[in-house]
Amino acid sequence: MTTTNSDAVLPAQGIEAPRSGRIDPKYLRSNPSAGSFEMVAWVFMRVSGAALVVLIFVHLWVNLMVGDGIHQIDFAFVAGKWSNPVWQFWDLTMLWLAMLHGTNGMRTIINDYAEKDSTRLWLKSILYLAATVIIILGTMVIFTFEACLVNEAGELLEYAPAFCENVTQ
Amino acid sequence: MSTPTVEQEPASKVDLAESGDGAGAVQSFDITLKVRRYDPERSEDAWWDEWQLTMYGTDRVLDALHKVKWEIDGSLTFRRSCAHGICGSDAMRINGRNRLACKTLLKDLDTSKPITVEAIKGLPVEKDLIVDMEPFFQSYREIMPFLVNNSPAPTAERLQSPEDRARFDDTTKCILCAACTSSCPVFWTDGQYFGPAAIVNAHRFIFDSRDDAGDMRLEVLNDKEGVWRCRTTFNCSEACPRGIEVTKAIQEVKTAILTRSM
Repeated sequence: MTTTNSDAVLPAQGIEAPRSGRIDPKYLRSNPSAGSFEMVAWVFMRVSGAALVVLIFVHLWVNLMVGDGIHQIDFAFVAGKWSNPVWQFWDLTMLWLAMLHGTNGMRTIINDYAEKDSTRLWLKSILYLAATVIIILGTMVIFTFEACLVNEAGELLEYAPAFCENVTQ
Repeated sequence: MSTPTVEQEPASKVDLAESGDGAGAVQSFDITLKVRRYDPERSEDAWWDEWQLTMYGTDRVLDALHKVKWEIDGSLTFRRSCAHGICGSDAMRINGRNRLACKTLLKDLDTSKPITVEAIKGLPVEKDLIVDMEPFFQSYREIMPFLVNNSPAPTAERLQSPEDRARFDDTTKCILCAACTSSCPVFWTDGQYFGPAAIVNAHRFIFDSRDDAGDMRLEVLNDKEGVWRCRTTFNCSEACPRGIEVTKAIQEVKTAILTRSM
């Protein structure tokens, strides 16, 4: 004699696990990120950080310790430095690395602390705009810097560096 | 006093007070237990309840909670199963730090102030100290916490050298109590981060020489919500009741993703 189990004895197929489908949507990761941007950003933070230590301390040493130290800093000193391509390149690297390092750090902080996506979007938009303006402005200053400024009469301004005498004559 | 001599008592590692009352002479003290309560059927807001309890030197926070639930207020709700630090049910925020209630002795806390007990942070509270663990286990499932091996199963065990076994020994200790993930400030923000526990359990298989799906797990954790959101604040390592070096494990997974990409 064969017996058939009633429906009550066998649990229904595909019975839902407890709590299934009850996960709060805010925890669901909607769009898995393609590519490795976060990894590149992570590596960049470490590499640029190490580079900035060297760049900034040499910068401070040359400006504040060598020669007359803090008393030598004036328009002519800066002009003299930027007439040298090495220092132009040095300051440009420092500007770009510091700005990108700082911006990426701020981006991370915004990601960590802003709870709403709209807040994140606004804060990051302001951040990226500010960073872009400063990087472009700084780069322009380094490359278009005019050391030997003259007045309307074509005479050198008194704070122009000494080497301007040779240039104008 | 004519109580039996101390030599007859069993050896104990617990440093009992030197009163001469024999076996019952465990030091007792009064504590204030302050628990953050939440019951959506009673109120939308959470509130704090305080109880004065006389507890003993061998009691844990869990014993104090039991005393309240069994003798004072039966509506106090919390999870616990084994009560001996293995099942990972009773992780909670004790005096602001994530601990297992069953592994935290009251005498190790400052009993002169109220002992605060809250649900772990970052997960939806369901009632009192019970949180919805589903988001936590969802992340755990996503890193495939099971052995994947493409070669045919051998007739006996898959052999492994003691050195290969030692490579991931630390991360085998996880009991999935969520103390680490719910102590992580990055997880608190929006709950999108995979969290230390998922990464620890991925580490356990990524560095297992018998497993073949390490690359897939590394790919999962290379997500923008993966290991790169770790800020090495060490909250997780500090919270882990099993003493797993969680932050170190996360760093090792980061290094593995980096070396794989190069």
